[in-house]
Amino acid sequence: MLRGVLGKTFRLAGYTIQYGCIAHCVFEYVGGVVMCSGPSMEPTIQNADIVFAENLSRHFYGIQRGDIVIAKSPSDPKSNICKRVIGLEGDKMLTSSSSSFFKSHSYVPTGHVWLEGDNLQNSTDSRYYGPIPYGLIRGRIFFKIWPLNDFGFLRDSPNGHRFPDD
Amino acid sequence: MAPAQGWARRYIKAFCKGFFVAVPVAVTFLDRVACVARVEGASMQPSLNPGGSQSSDVVLLNHWKVRNLEVRRGDIVSLVSPKNPGQKIIKRVIALEGDIIKTMGHKNRYVKVPRGHIWVEGDHHGHSFDSNSFGPVSLGLLHALATHILWPPERWQRLQSVLPPERLPVQSEDQ
Repeated sequence: MLRGVLGKTFRLAGYTIQYGCIAHCVFEYVGGVVMCSGPSMEPTIQNADIVFAENLSRHFYGIQRGDIVIAKSPSDPKSNICKRVIGLEGDKMLTSSSSSFFKSHSYVPTGHVWLEGDNLQNSTDSRYYGPIPYGLIRGRIFFKIWPLNDFGFLRDSPNGHRFPDD
Repeated sequence: MAPAQGWARRYIKAFCKGFFVAVPVAVTFLDRVACVARVEGASMQPSLNPGGSQSSDVVLLNHWKVRNLEVRRGDIVSLVSPKNPGQKIIKRVIALEGDIIKTMGHKNRYVKVPRGHIWVEGDHHGHSFDSNSFGPVSLGLLHALATHILWPPERWQRLQSVLPPERLPVQSEDQ
């Protein structure tokens, strides 16, 4: 009787470990479903939208300007931020606000990216904390699955003027 | 005819089953629990690689101990390089968030480490590409804690988490 229960417990533990490891590999190297919160990416992504994120681009260094990425927050590494990549390493970014008279620029250092939310009025991003290291990027968001009236690939940035000139 | 075909199919089935168990478990173990790595460079001399490029140390990297991003001053840690995301660097933690430290070769004389960041330095000052060059690093780049030297056998040892007294913070939050 006891041996039967013990055998069943071990088998259950074995299956849990096996499927847990497969889940880790899928989330780490392929992608997964993410729920976003906050207003900083409106109108592209609203609060409580559910999206697909893929992790292949960051492993192969295929993140480009205009991609929406999930990254670890530089000041709170246990939480994630969801922003659009505006500048890559070497780009010249406008750091002053667009209304000020004297424009100030800065170059994105090597190994870093410049992130901005689509909702420029209500977004804490690289304009506040500076460029973030590429190593903090966790995945690229490319598809929205909820709400259904907005199902599909994500739109381009509504702030084309923020991208650096080539 | 029939028994031979049955043998091959059974073998392939058993192989696939074993493969799909062994590979994810191994990958998860190396990503989440521990792995080994060869140390290159002289930035951590004399603690690591005292012999230079003739004999590189191999260290045990423990991911499990830093799963909650808790490090102490003096720990030797590996992290993703902020200047090159494809490379890992191994350095000693000198200061935690909120500490004010005196830098060695940084553009500012004194730096307060921001929230969510740490200050790392190599033991071989002057020959180390560390926070004195690239500033405080975000804890999100933390990779693992180096706990032991595994190779060469005459250098088997547990790595000590010790902070040289001249590198203590000028002011820290938890004092």
